[in-house]
This record gives sequence, structure tokens and C-alpha cells, in this order.
Amino acid sequence: MSSAAHTSSETLQDLLLSLAGVTKRFGALVANDAIDLTVHKGEIVALLGENGAGKTTLMNILFGHYVADEGTVTVASRDGTLEQLEPGAPQAALDAGIGMVHQHFTLAENLTGLDNIVLGTESIFRVRRDRSTARAKLGELMAGSGLNVDLDQPIHKLTVGEKQRVEILKALYRDARLLVLDEPTAVLTPQEADSLFAILRKLAATGLAVIIIAHKLAEVLAVSHRIAVLRGGAKVGEMKTSEADHKSIAELMVGREVPASRRTPREAGKPVITLADVIIDRGDSRRSLHSVNVTAREGEILGIAGVSGNGQAALAQLIAGLDKPDSGTVEIFGDKVTKFDAHTFAQNGIARIPEDRHHDGMVGSMTVAENIAIEDVRSAEYQKLGFLDFDVIRKRAEHAIADYDVRCPGPDAPARLLSGGNIQKLILARVLEKSPRLILANQPSRGLDVGAQSEVHRRLLEARQNGAAVILISEDLDELLTISDQIAVIHAGHITPAMPTESIDRSELGLMMAGQKAAPHATTTTNPGETA
Amino acid sequence: MIRFEPRSNPGPLLVYGVPVLAATIAILLAAIPLALAGAPIIKAYGLMITGAFGSVFSTSEMLTRATPLILTGLAAAIAFRAKLWNIGAEGQLYMGAMAAVAVGSGVIDGPSWVMIPLVIIAGMIAGALMLIGPTLLKTRLGVDEVVTTLLLNFIVLLFVQMMLEGALKDPMSMGWPQSEPIIDSAVFPPLLERMRVHIGLIIALVSAIALAIFVKRTVWGFEIRAVGENAAAAKFSGISVTKTMILVAALSGGLAGLAGVSEVAGTRGYLATDLSPGYGYAGIVVAMLARLSPVGVIASALFVASVFVGADSMSRAIGVSSYLADLIVAMALLCVLIGGFLTRFKVHFDRKSAQG
Repeated sequence: MSSAAHTSSETLQDLLLSLAGVTKRFGALVANDAIDLTVHKGEIVALLGENGAGKTTLMNILFGHYVADEGTVTVASRDGTLEQLEPGAPQAALDAGIGMVHQHFTLAENLTGLDNIVLGTESIFRVRRDRSTARAKLGELMAGSGLNVDLDQPIHKLTVGEKQRVEILKALYRDARLLVLDEPTAVLTPQEADSLFAILRKLAATGLAVIIIAHKLAEVLAVSHRIAVLRGGAKVGEMKTSEADHKSIAELMVGREVPASRRTPREAGKPVITLADVIIDRGDSRRSLHSVNVTAREGEILGIAGVSGNGQAALAQLIAGLDKPDSGTVEIFGDKVTKFDAHTFAQNGIARIPEDRHHDGMVGSMTVAENIAIEDVRSAEYQKLGFLDFDVIRKRAEHAIADYDVRCPGPDAPARLLSGGNIQKLILARVLEKSPRLILANQPSRGLDVGAQSEVHRRLLEARQNGAAVILISEDLDELLTISDQIAVIHAGHITPAMPTESIDRSELGLMMAGQKAAPHATTTTNPGETA
Repeated sequence: MIRFEPRSNPGPLLVYGVPVLAATIAILLAAIPLALAGAPIIKAYGLMITGAFGSVFSTSEMLTRATPLILTGLAAAIAFRAKLWNIGAEGQLYMGAMAAVAVGSGVIDGPSWVMIPLVIIAGMIAGALMLIGPTLLKTRLGVDEVVTTLLLNFIVLLFVQMMLEGALKDPMSMGWPQSEPIIDSAVFPPLLERMRVHIGLIIALVSAIALAIFVKRTVWGFEIRAVGENAAAAKFSGISVTKTMILVAALSGGLAGLAGVSEVAGTRGYLATDLSPGYGYAGIVVAMLARLSPVGVIASALFVASVFVGADSMSRAIGVSSYLADLIVAMALLCVLIGGFLTRFKVHFDRKSAQG
């Protein structure tokens, strides 16, 4: 993986893009502070930084969504002369050959790949639709880069990796000379990510310049030529990838030493939650479970590994109290659950960390304090005769903000102003403050930067140390192997018996996630922990 | 060229100033149709102002008009807060009025302190039930409440007509389709002698303030806000979306029903099919002008009422169509919508040749 592809230095001579002294302020906040950045033809530059470091603002300035308060953006025109890019004009950026692939794709789901790609490039006054030239051009692009995808399929039938390819083709079809990818691997499986990097290397070899906004360090080290690190709106470091190492970049990004997550050995206790022969049939494998047996114990983190869309959602919905099994039993704290209800679950010591923290985890227009209190507004602590006690709510929020280091203007600020990492801290504060006995953590560190990720892990390990059972659903193998005591694999709605992490081979785990291999220690017992 | 840049957190001046500015612009824009109609513009504005505020009588008329608008405005505001698109306030108003007539026109007799609360409660329950039905259809079966509540308006109006020709018909009305009058002890007493403005106005003002406190300070208000802003997150956190929606339906329908009660027991004295000149629909405009703020509804209802009353009186005086009032209100709504956009986005005008 670490064989970084290096283009020879001659091809790096041609300057393509130069940002000089770019500064952008939002009120008192300096989002970008005199940032310089250059990109050459055929070069892959990784832009690294924590959430809120200013990566997105910088790219929005490049694309004309924002206008910089100071500084200039210069792009080499096709004949090689340097020209200043008109600020605040997305069309000028497109004309200059800058293409962007957003983290959340901007594709029309009901149209085909081809429709999406040519959308906006055809005249709306055309009499007849002739796409043979478009097809020919795209065929050439696909052959040259390995970006293979069936362009006649409607987008909603494509996998996430294929959708991303359509997005990249869309940019290349518009003759992009600089491709900006925002967190391109956040939604991909490890295999898909590898193939994306192979494609990017090929494209770079043909002279395309690439900026990758990223947070997964290992991947950045594998694919980029140069790394620029942003922190707090300023560029704090820039280095050749060949001269960089994992630890130093992480520290540069976070601005302090990043504690490595580590499990300390601990005896697992009594079972906290037991799923016995649970069947949930919703007609489609993404939302179904087929006779699943799962046990999580006190003081144990049970990792559920799997490629997204294999039934994780059904499992999470069940444990969060949002769905009930068609058959089979769920026992929590030794009692058979009869009432599947989110409110009851939350009140009975189950901490639930949702997969989509923006969609399910917070109400953006409500305040930070209200979002921290949302699960408990009916409790006697917060209300008298139906009237909320905002003093208590605000006090708890202040306490949580300090304890969990939630960066926000204050408890009364609307939650939508928070960055992704801080929203996750807010959710952790909400559920962990109550000393839960069972924690459902669904993709708890997805999309978070190194610092926030390590914070999430630390909190989960701390809860484990205090005797909580943790069910960790994740697609990130590093995360699973680092903090889980046991790992079970979910595939097509089936869950393998749990295996002790120490006995697991990484490549075997990958094969099991792809459904190509049965669990090595497959037994009929539901508590395989004892076989270790 | 024009660019739009999102504002992260609009300030209070923007939030409160924009609706006021929008209303002012709408009134100024009325000069165009006035000029087209050949009316003397300055005089027309003068007549509008005196028409709404010129005397105790005209102010009383304006407040009488504002009373049902505050209540239907609140009905729309609370429903829209929860993203329950109640377009049926008109029907709920008529059901409320009919319930008030049913219990308040002689079937039961008693002192005022019994009868007035009784007609109010009857009307509010009737209005609430009218919205709970469509809401259950929405939460259980996913039926679009815009369609059901809108169509129910017509059904209710026809039902009222039927009742006024039958069971509720006043035998003394000499054939007019109207109900028996509300008995004296159930009539809302006037606030000023020989004026039409009645205690319905006080009830409406108290309702607005109570609703504001309810939304902001209580557990249920909290849950309504959460469900309205992000139903998925509310559901995940354990708030019952269905229960919250039904509570909102009861409040919204109840307030619209109260508007009907106030009109029969305060203004008209009996029920007829011309009881409301579209107060239920106007309530939507009032709520939008107020940006769904209960206290703001008071101000915007007063604005809409004074435009209606002022323009009415002006049109009578100089012979311009009174539809001008509808035009001003419509323009104010458009201005507020544009203003809402400008609150969320900053606009930059650049000269194309600014940068080389």
C-alpha cells in the first residue's frame, strides 16, 4: 500500500494552479488565513486537516462559491499563460478546467449515467439528441483511465463506487485539468478505494492535476505526491509524501500528540444483550436479518464488521428501539424485551449513537443545550408540570460542552453551526453522560478527523472499562481491530459468531465481509467468546 | 452579475426588520394599481389610513376583522411549525362555528360564565376533530394532508349549508338559510359600548401569547419544534412523531374552530354560509408574514386587517375596486418570501468587468 506513485520531477514543473495569500473571514472567524498552495500538472496533492480547518472553505473559494477577502487564485490557461481566476464565478472555474467531485454526489438518481454527464453541456434548444460524439469521448476516457461504469444504467442502480466514477467522468468530460475530490474514500470499501487510487494515478500520469481532501492518512500516503496540512484556517505544513510519516502528519493536523487507542485486557462479564434467532424480513437484504444470534457482554466491545448495506441498518434499528423483530427474542439486562420503543430504550440505559449524525442525531435549528437534553425532556429533572427548566438544561449542557470539548459558541447556539466532529461529541455527551450499560455505536467515527476519531475511541473504551457493553457497527477495519474485543461479520443479513480479535486475520476478515468465507471458528453456540 | 452567498446566522435586525420592510414595500407598490385605476394616489393612501385608524369606530372595525385572523393565523403557524400543512382552517372555522351554534342557541341555558366557556370548548373540539382525522390519515397511511384538508373545506361548507336548510335552520328567519341566534348569555360581550369589537380579541391575544410560551417553554412545545425541524432525529431520540402530530392537529384545528366561535358568538350572532370571507385561507398568509411566530401573528393580523378595512373604505370613497386589498396582501406575502430569501443569503452585485 505504501508504494507511493511518484511522477518524475520534470512533469511537476508545469504550474497549473496557484493560490496566494487567500484569506476568508466569516465575522470574527478566520476560516482561511493567508493560504498559499500550488498544484502542478500531473501532480496529486492531498489537502489534510481536521473538520473546521478550512479545507472546504478554500475549495469553495476556488470554485467561486465564496469570494476571498484577500489573496488571488491563478490558473494556467490551456496555452500555458497564468491568468487570475474571476472571483465568485463558478462558471469561470469550470471554464478554466477545474472539476469537483463532492463527498455527497450531485447526480440525478432517476437519470442514467450518460444523462447525468451530458446534462448542462447540451443546448436546450437542440432539435435532435445526438449523443454518439459524447459516447465516443466517454469511451475514450474510460479506456484511458479504467473508469469503467455502465452509462446506460439509472444512477440509483449503481453502487456508491460506480456513482463516484460517474462524477469523475462528468468532470473529465468537461475537460477538467484539475480534479478536486472531497473525501473520496469516505463512502468506499477498501477494495473500491484501492481501485480509485489506481485510476487517479493513471489520470495523473496523463497530466491531470488532482487535489484530494482527505482525513484517512494511510490512503493519502499511498496516493499523493505532496501533502498540505491545514489547521485552524492556516497552512501549518507542506511536505513531499515520500518524506512524511503517519505520526508526524497526525500531530501536525491536530496540533498536539494523538493518543493511540489501546485496549487494556479486561474480563467480560454477564451478557447485557442477547439476540436469539432474530428474523427481520423487510423484503430487501439491506434491511433484513436472517436468524441472527448476537451476544454482547459487560466490559466488552463487540465489533460488527461488514460492507455497508448488508443488514447493519436493520440491526441498528432493532437495538435502537426503532424496529421490532418478526420472530426470535431480544433479551436486554436479562429481561425479554416486549416493548420496542426508542424512548423506553433510551431511558433504560441504552446509549444510541446514530449512523447519520446530521439526519438522525440532531435538530439543527434547535440549540446545543436542547439537543443534549432531547432524549430526556420528559424526565422529572428537566420539567415541572410540563414546563421545561432551562436553567437545568443549560447547566447540563455547559457541563457536557466542557467535559466533551464540544467546540461551539455556547449552549444557546443553534446546533447546525457545529462541525461534524463536534456534532458527534455532542451526541456522545448526550448519551454517555448517563453512564449507559449498553452502547450502540453505529459508524461512530465515519467522516471524522483523526483527533475526533481518537476521542470517540477513547470514550467508548472508557465506557467499556466502566462495565458497559458496546456494539460497534463499523466498516473501518482499523477501527474494529483496534478497539473491539470480539468481532462478528455481517453479510447479506447473516451474522457470524463472534471471534476474539486477537485470533483474526485481516485478509480473512475481508473475505468474510465479501461473503466468500465462513467464520473459522463457526460453532452453534451464541457465546463463542468462551472458545478463545 | 449577481451572486448569492449563504449567511450562517442572520442577526435579529434582519429577522425582525425584513417583514416590516416587506409590508412597507407592498403598501408602496399599491401606488401602481392605484395609478392605473386613475385614482389620486396621495388621497387614496390618506383614505386608507383614516379608514383603518381614523376614528374609534374604524379602529374597532379593524380590530374586529383582526380577531379571527389572529386565531386562524395561529392555527396555521403552529401546524406549519410541525410541518403539518393544514390548509383546512376555513372548514375547521365553520365546524367550530356550527358546534358553538349547536350548544349555544338555546338547547342549554345558563349564566354567561358557563355558556361562554361552553361554546368555546364545543367549537374548539369540533375544529380539532376536523384536523385530527386528516392527520391520522397522514401518519397511518401517508395520505397527503394538503389535499385532504383543502377538500374538506368544501365538504364542510356544503354540510353547513345542508344543516342551515335543515336541523339548524332558524324558523324565524323568513326562509333565509341561517341558524337560530346565539342566546344572550353565550354572546361575547363587546369591549366598547356600541362598537363591534368584542372579547374575542382578548381571547385571541391571550391565545397568541399562551401559544408562544407553550412552544418555547413546555415539553410538548419542545417536541413540536423537534418534530417540525427534523422528524427523523426526533423519532430517533424517542419522541413519538404520531402523538406530537395529533397534539399539533388538536391545537391548530382548535384555534381555527375558536375563530369560528368568536365570529358567531362575537360578531355575527348566528351562523350563515357567508360567516367567513376566507379567514381560514387568510390565516395562512398571516402566519407566513409572521414567519410562523405566534407573537408575530398578532402584528401581521393587525396589518392584514388594516389593509382590508382601510382599502375597503378607500375603495368605497373613490370608486376603486376593493380587490386592491387582496392585491396588497398578496404583494406583502411575496415581499416577505423574497425577504426570507434575502435573510438567508447575502447578495453581491459585481460589475462584470471588475476583474481581468
